[in-house]
Amino acid sequence: MAEPVLKVENLKKYFPIKRGFLDTLKGAPQKKVHAVDGISFEIFKQQVFALVGESGCGKSTTGKLIVKLLEPTDGKIYLEGQDVTQVKTKEELLAYRRKVQMIFQDPFSSMNPRFKIYDVLEEPLLIHGIGETKAEREELIYKALEMVKIVPPEDYVGRNPHMLSGGQRQRVAIARALILNPTFIVADEPVSMLDVSIRAEILELMKELKEKMGVTYLYITHDMSTARYFADWMAVMYLGRIVEMGPAKVVIDNPLHPYTRALLSAVPEPKPERRNIIKELPIKGEVPNAVDIPPGCRFHPRCLYAQKGLCDTKHPQLVEYEHNHWAECHLVGKY
Amino acid sequence: MTKPVLEVRNLKMYYFTNRGVVKAVDDISFDIKKGEVLGLAGESGCGKSSLGFTLMGMPSPPGKIVGGSIKIDGREIVGLPENVLRKEIRWQKISMIFQGAMNALNPVYTVGYQMIEPLLYHKGMSKDEALDRAQKYLELVGLDPEIVYRYPHELSGGMKQRVVIASALLLEPEVVIADEPTTALDVVVQAQIINLMKRLKKELGLSMIFITHDLSILAEVSDRVAIMYAGKIVEIGDSKKIYYEPAHPYTQKLLAAIPRLHEDVEKLEFIPGQPPNLISPPKGCRFNPRCPYAMQVCKEQVPEMKEVDKDHYAACWLL
Repeated sequence: MAEPVLKVENLKKYFPIKRGFLDTLKGAPQKKVHAVDGISFEIFKQQVFALVGESGCGKSTTGKLIVKLLEPTDGKIYLEGQDVTQVKTKEELLAYRRKVQMIFQDPFSSMNPRFKIYDVLEEPLLIHGIGETKAEREELIYKALEMVKIVPPEDYVGRNPHMLSGGQRQRVAIARALILNPTFIVADEPVSMLDVSIRAEILELMKELKEKMGVTYLYITHDMSTARYFADWMAVMYLGRIVEMGPAKVVIDNPLHPYTRALLSAVPEPKPERRNIIKELPIKGEVPNAVDIPPGCRFHPRCLYAQKGLCDTKHPQLVEYEHNHWAECHLVGKY
Repeated sequence: MTKPVLEVRNLKMYYFTNRGVVKAVDDISFDIKKGEVLGLAGESGCGKSSLGFTLMGMPSPPGKIVGGSIKIDGREIVGLPENVLRKEIRWQKISMIFQGAMNALNPVYTVGYQMIEPLLYHKGMSKDEALDRAQKYLELVGLDPEIVYRYPHELSGGMKQRVVIASALLLEPEVVIADEPTTALDVVVQAQIINLMKRLKKELGLSMIFITHDLSILAEVSDRVAIMYAGKIVEIGDSKKIYYEPAHPYTQKLLAAIPRLHEDVEKLEFIPGQPPNLISPPKGCRFNPRCPYAMQVCKEQVPEMKEVDKDHYAACWLL
């Protein structure tokens, strides 16, 4: 099999919590938020890998670690074989960012409101020294806008971000990420703030650009339905760990982990005949905070099937139960 | 046939801004029967939240009701003076669950204090009686009644949303408007809140207007569905008919844009262009510039609501 474009190995990110003065004097132990706690996965060329989970599960932190907006506590990230954690100098970081770009959730706050669309797109070119003359850069900007179907580009380059609709703005954000011709894009909830018809339009556009430009995506989302539509692979995160991973359709149609089952049962579906049925949600309680992680399986306090003496003491391992389909649970097939 | 609890006829609410008159709610009519949930869907800016506030008799300024009628339990509320609205209608006859429970509660008062305020004011209850009533309703929405002594920051998002729901039910209104009650909640919590709404509907026989842009959530709760576009209802009817036999091209397109969880969709459809500016909406059918089937007549004349089927109406020249 070909080399993965992105490989993540045992990645960890802990955020220390500020201690009070008294606690410091007393030498109380430093508490940490275990945002990402030892995850590994691989993404192959031109594939879309979805990271799904509830808020606070560490999916966005993982994205930020990959684009190096955050430094990992431990673990490795390789992009096309290069060890990203060793990228240290400004030049190296610049070269890395040219290959890895990010699309953010909120198209309203991810652009400088004083910039014209032209400036928004010229900035990455200037930073990376692409296009020597103004004419060359202009050519690239127009091309990028045409690619994301902001046409005719002449009509839009002179506008400020607030003069565009949400969908158009998200398309400009995609153009800004693509203008550097990156190999890898981290898309953090790119459609969750958009209306349903615009959401479909942006997903279609990202899918088309994947084929045309050969980009590989990490798609971070809480929405299982869009993950099924857009992604080839899918990993479900809970409290900093990947609890299930596999081809998106397989995970959705045949979930192994009780948490994945609970998430799937909670997804609303456009089927009005079920309107008077109260849905069963095979989960209890609420997400615990990521400071005091439950011992054993992290999900056991919320799991309906947890077994005493096993799930609350022994940490399960991510095991490949079927071809390419992993789960981190003691009870796969037994509950 | 039972009398509707809410009758809305030719309702118009315009925002009088410096840039012009925004026709956010333009000639809307519908009924809600006792114990029925009407789902109201549409893209952002279509006027669905404006309609919610208008029904509460409090269009946000510079909005004004310019015509039409709203009858709750047979009583006309358009034109009532503000003090009557406040004393006799709002929260007593019609109440609202606001979008974003996170921000709907005041952080410096306990949950109980803000819940009982309307009881003291409207019902003249004593503080103890009012607290009793608040606790009863907190229990009804699945919370520990002791929560009345807690502050909003001590509660999770899902719990706050339940408090907001309990508050809206406290004065036993005829109609409850729920405006995007589950946005900003995680999917599991969202499903729990939807279950709660279904239970309340069953146990209390609530009549409700459920506003959301998410057609999947809407299908979970609505008996009937109204699709809004650019300030007008373009299609309304029994929810099964709207979802399985949509008549209006806009509804058809919206439904084809939803990715399905357990089905493979080859290509999602989307509607090119954007919703029109409501200061100068397009002539004729407001959807005509984005409609793939637009004909000459669509550009010239506004289509009337037509009966497609039993309890299924749409406003489109194609029918």
